[in-house]
Amino acid sequence: MSKFLSDLLPGETGVVKKVLGDSMIKRRIVDMGVIAGTVIEVQKFAPLGDPMEIKVKGFNLSLRKKEAEMIELKIN
Amino acid sequence: MKKNKVTVALVGNPNSGKTTIFNNLTGSRQHVGNYPGVTVEKKEGYRNFEGKDFVIVDLPGTYSLTAYSLEEVVTRNFIVNDKPDMVIDILDTSNLERNLYLSVQLLELERPTILALNMIDVADKSGLKIDDAKLAEGLGGIPIVRTNGVHNKGMEALLGSIPQSSDKQEKSKFRLNYGTDIEDAIQRLEPLLIPIYQKLQFPTRWLALKLLENDSNIIDSVKEFTNADHIMSVSNDLRTELIHELGEDVEILIAGQRYQFVGKVYQHAVDNKTVNTVTISDKIDKILTNRMFGLPIFFALMWLVFNLVFTLGKVPSDWIDTSFGIFSKYLESIISDGPLKSLLVDGIVGGVGSVLVFIPSILLLFLAIAVLEDTGYMARAAFIMDRVMSRFGLHGKSFIPLLLGFGCSATAMMGTRTLENPRDRIITMLVTPLMSCSAKLPVYTILIAAFFDEKIAGNVLFSIYFLGIVLSLVMARIFRSILFEGQSEPFVMELPPYRIPTTKSVMIHMWERSTLYLKKAGTIILAASILMWFLTTYPKDIEYSKDYDALLAQAGENYTQQVSEEVLSKLEIEKIDQNVKLAVLIDTIQKEEEKFAEVTKELDEDSPEYVKLEEGKTEKNKELETANGELYSYAAKYVGLTQNVEAEKSKIKNEMSGEELEKSYAGQFGKVIEPAIAPLGFDWRIGIALVSGASAKEVVVSTMGTIYSIGDGNENAHSMTKALQNDEHMNPLVAYALMVFVLIYSPCLAALTVMKRETGSWKWPALSMVYSTTLAWIVTFIVYQGGKLLGLGG
Repeated sequence: MSKFLSDLLPGETGVVKKVLGDSMIKRRIVDMGVIAGTVIEVQKFAPLGDPMEIKVKGFNLSLRKKEAEMIELKIN
Repeated sequence: MKKNKVTVALVGNPNSGKTTIFNNLTGSRQHVGNYPGVTVEKKEGYRNFEGKDFVIVDLPGTYSLTAYSLEEVVTRNFIVNDKPDMVIDILDTSNLERNLYLSVQLLELERPTILALNMIDVADKSGLKIDDAKLAEGLGGIPIVRTNGVHNKGMEALLGSIPQSSDKQEKSKFRLNYGTDIEDAIQRLEPLLIPIYQKLQFPTRWLALKLLENDSNIIDSVKEFTNADHIMSVSNDLRTELIHELGEDVEILIAGQRYQFVGKVYQHAVDNKTVNTVTISDKIDKILTNRMFGLPIFFALMWLVFNLVFTLGKVPSDWIDTSFGIFSKYLESIISDGPLKSLLVDGIVGGVGSVLVFIPSILLLFLAIAVLEDTGYMARAAFIMDRVMSRFGLHGKSFIPLLLGFGCSATAMMGTRTLENPRDRIITMLVTPLMSCSAKLPVYTILIAAFFDEKIAGNVLFSIYFLGIVLSLVMARIFRSILFEGQSEPFVMELPPYRIPTTKSVMIHMWERSTLYLKKAGTIILAASILMWFLTTYPKDIEYSKDYDALLAQAGENYTQQVSEEVLSKLEIEKIDQNVKLAVLIDTIQKEEEKFAEVTKELDEDSPEYVKLEEGKTEKNKELETANGELYSYAAKYVGLTQNVEAEKSKIKNEMSGEELEKSYAGQFGKVIEPAIAPLGFDWRIGIALVSGASAKEVVVSTMGTIYSIGDGNENAHSMTKALQNDEHMNPLVAYALMVFVLIYSPCLAALTVMKRETGSWKWPALSMVYSTTLAWIVTFIVYQGGKLLGLGG
């Protein structure tokens, strides 16, 4: 069973295992520092439930749930 | 040195304070242009420092140097092809790790580079201690300067370090090790690239990396060469091998290696004492994007922006409009009649006026945008609205331009600059004109007043606005799937920390945008206005159906005769002046009438206010009558006759200008298109109004005024309403169909011009014009024919 960033709730953290998806979106996500081994903390969801806000490498990043589904997390 | 100017390129992440530093370095000595062939903006500034002239280029803010965005390609091409003497990489020190990811990519381009550790104060406060020497060492001995853009510190140090390091021009010792597998692949590719690298200017190692990354832009350039097939087959084999061995896309592997390298440098050079504290920015964000308050705060702010731009902006706009009106009248009075006068007054002055009235709104719009962006709220606005907008294929940031569309499409289109992605920008611009702009409102108001009961007026108006919103969202969805099929846009967006914007950067932003508008859009709008003037005024040598001059002369003669028979001869005088008392009395009555006309201009004749004012007038006249006896009746007679003749003359003149318009090029065109618009319930007169309305939507009303021979519609809404009601062709259904058509059809010239300027091509405004007019026809056809089937209209 795999776990994805989209499964996390605000306040929860996870460690990135792999970024899936097509090249452009994947590259964008990776360029922002979301690579294997990075710790991610979910900050919150937008008032309408999507997109979400995460903290990575000390800064805040927003991405749609659809994109968060592409970020596979390590299961501890 | 071969050049006497030192070129410096500023590079950095968005929100790294790059633009602030650029403004500090150059002040107002800036020039905004475009990179050849693309719509990416090129900002250049000039500075003289210690006897040397600097040309400073502000490259677009980027996170990486891939081929996925135009900005990134422009950045790397500029650095390599234009060979700036120095590249200054500006880093947000409080967010160093991700900023260094761009730095290592810059260093791989092997051009002289300096790091500017910006916002060092913020980093200091949050407990980050940076060892500059260790950082420099980790990056191959790169020079490092500390700066604080907001407080304008470190700028001299920055400029001072430039000539010194560029004189040396020593090759950077920087090299990032990508691990055995990738390094082997690079080493096998590099020799093949030696014959071509000089032409491409990029270093061979970098080219090899890009080929392994499958960088579309570099592959295209390599394909130009004769031995390309061989190079490509080798690189493709190597890539497949790597993917097979390492189980991941090579570009992701390479990016991962870069981040790992950066991570190590960072650990080595930075003493991070921040204990994952919740920053002030986080606290502010908790409120501004709160589940409960986030939306209300957002809408309140949007309301404020809208009112700032349009309600507040309308005040100076009206001044400009009025002064141009006065200026026209003045010109009219000093120049003798003729084509030159018409060109000057109606063409040029009118055209310049129509350019300048936009200025206040544009200044305020860019003020609002600068504040929203510099504070960091713009990203939050997108964050809040993205859920809704993404459903229709739009970006969260599209909301603001669309909202501004209710004010003015041309202004709103300039607001699409906040969207980073050109595809999002184009779709937003294509659908913005469907948001009913304020210039269309007078058209609706007149038609609604003439054909709809007051009780349902609000609903009718709302239905039009609502239709516009629905259509814009539907069209956005359609455009996304037709024009940019399969290209899903990521919403991976940084939410920068909240900051207090500096006045200087806000002012420069405002100034720059407005002058750009004047220069680029202004000239085209002016030309278009003159063209429209020409089309509605020429040809001049038309054959009138009546001899208007004779009619006017006749009216004048009748008047003189009546005055002499009914007033002068009765009092046994030859001229009014001969009876001073009479002259004074006439003057008093006339002034009273003028005052009455002025205060009742906007009133309905049945309204209680009107009746009251009219009673007041009658009262005053009675007083005059009692005081002056018989003389009053002669004076009143005279005033009445004068009023009648003036009304008659203006009726003849209006009829004449109506006929002139009908026979002008625009009018002829209106008649030509009549068969095409007949199924919509429109006749040629509406056709002419619609044609001239293409220049600006409010013109539809004044043209209808001219064509219905009642003079300028703006001056007298009542006669306009009456004329429309009395017209046998018009009915509520036609009126509604017309409103629908005006809502949807071609954006005005100003909007189309701005669109050209923003997209860099006439292709998009042309598409916009064609699609919206087609859509208008289809929707209006459905409305009109459907209405007829339902037995509406009559």
